[in-house]
Amino acid sequence: MNDTLVLLGRSLRHILRSPDTIITTAIMPIAFMLLFVYVFGGAIDVGSDSYVTYQLPGILLITIASGISYTAYRLFLDMRGGIFERFQSMPIARSSVLWAHVLTSLVANLISLVVVVGVAVLMGFRSGAGVLGWLAVAGLLILFTLALTWIAVIPGLTAKSVDGASAFSYPLVFLPLVSSAFVPTESMPGPVRAFAEHQPATALVNAIRDLFAERPVGSGIWTALAWCVGVLVVAYLFAVLTYRRKIS
Amino acid sequence: MSAPETGTSAIHVRGLEKSFKDLPVLRGVDLDVARGSIFALLGSNGAGKTTVVRILSTLLKADAGQASINGFDVRTQAADVRRSISLTGQFAAVDEILTGRENLVLVARLRRQADPGAIADGLLGRFDLAEAGGRRVATYSGGMRRRLDIAMSLIGNPPVVFLDEPTTGLDPEARLEVWQAVRELAESGTTVLLTTQYLDEAEQLADRIAILHQGRIIVDGTLEELKRLLPPAQVEYVEKQPTLEEIFLSVVGAEKR
Repeated sequence: MNDTLVLLGRSLRHILRSPDTIITTAIMPIAFMLLFVYVFGGAIDVGSDSYVTYQLPGILLITIASGISYTAYRLFLDMRGGIFERFQSMPIARSSVLWAHVLTSLVANLISLVVVVGVAVLMGFRSGAGVLGWLAVAGLLILFTLALTWIAVIPGLTAKSVDGASAFSYPLVFLPLVSSAFVPTESMPGPVRAFAEHQPATALVNAIRDLFAERPVGSGIWTALAWCVGVLVVAYLFAVLTYRRKIS
Repeated sequence: MSAPETGTSAIHVRGLEKSFKDLPVLRGVDLDVARGSIFALLGSNGAGKTTVVRILSTLLKADAGQASINGFDVRTQAADVRRSISLTGQFAAVDEILTGRENLVLVARLRRQADPGAIADGLLGRFDLAEAGGRRVATYSGGMRRRLDIAMSLIGNPPVVFLDEPTTGLDPEARLEVWQAVRELAESGTTVLLTTQYLDEAEQLADRIAILHQGRIIVDGTLEELKRLLPPAQVEYVEKQPTLEEIFLSVVGAEKR
């Protein structure tokens, strides 16, 4: 635990010294948000919600998906630079190197999420959700971040180049686009709609949207939780397996 | 060429074998390194030097054979081995974004030293990095990085230090600085195993030299013993020409320490 905290302090210092990684992480989702709200939004009928409020949950998922590519990147740099081996040959808990990166990813993504929500508020996002509602939203986003972070650990450990370490995140960034995040799924043709309605981004978007709007979340939140925990467990197992193979 | 007794050797290796897929890299390596000595493992590129170091520092598992550091088996007592060693790899394993001082404090904290700040300042002074200590490592020269790297390896006074090609890629001045640091290390009682492809480096530093060739140690002994392997020297009179290194160092005004 002590080792993890010391190494976490190191990675957080990296982020403080290069805040551009957080800014670039937040810029793409903010650009998406501007595009959707001010260009496409007027033509999309989403019922009673204001469009900026309607699309924010999807934007938050895109923020996380683009943020975790930096997790893979930071891990890749440690692997390539030799400092990873220095840590592995030291009398410290070996898993602490990985956990420090995972916790750093969580902190960096939370900062980006706060920045994006702040911009959304400036653009007119409002929610009457109380403390519990916001805690539930935060909980879902944290779980989603952890699930994607453990996915990011795998290319971070195995990539041969910088591009390889971060390219895996592109499909994850696009996943919310084919979901209920920006347009109601009813408007999509059959097969696309079937995909959109049965993928994790839709479950998460619907649950967060209901929490923001103070609507009862119903069973939807369990579907969202099941997706997050399921992906988290599978990604964690594969990441640990990859790690073991790497250090054995 | 008598090998030291097992009980007194800091590094003891018998029959070490390692293959990568079908390619055998080590085919039965035997080594003994006496406590407090500098041992040079010589070999050309790809001879398997780094593989030996990686196995001894618990980063890689051998296919066969046995190795112990400071009396601890690298396979079954890896945690004890890691407490006894420090590794300085082929590429300076320093954190570029942190300052030199922060790098030292980081390692001191991980090694649970009592006063990380004081240790860092002490080492910065000892390795001529006091002025650069507050700057980011990204701004350091190759020689400064390598000195910082070696300084990081000394924290916690591990009894055994591995230096994997410590001077590869350094200019002649930086090389002399690193040599001096290695000598000081051995004087303080640390056992040093260094790998190198430079013959003069082994000649300058090592108490004992082993040559690793095609996965085996083909020669192992002191410099004197190795010299005796060749026919006795013939006396020839040769005009003494300065080496290019001597010319370079005198022109740039480096002090040979």
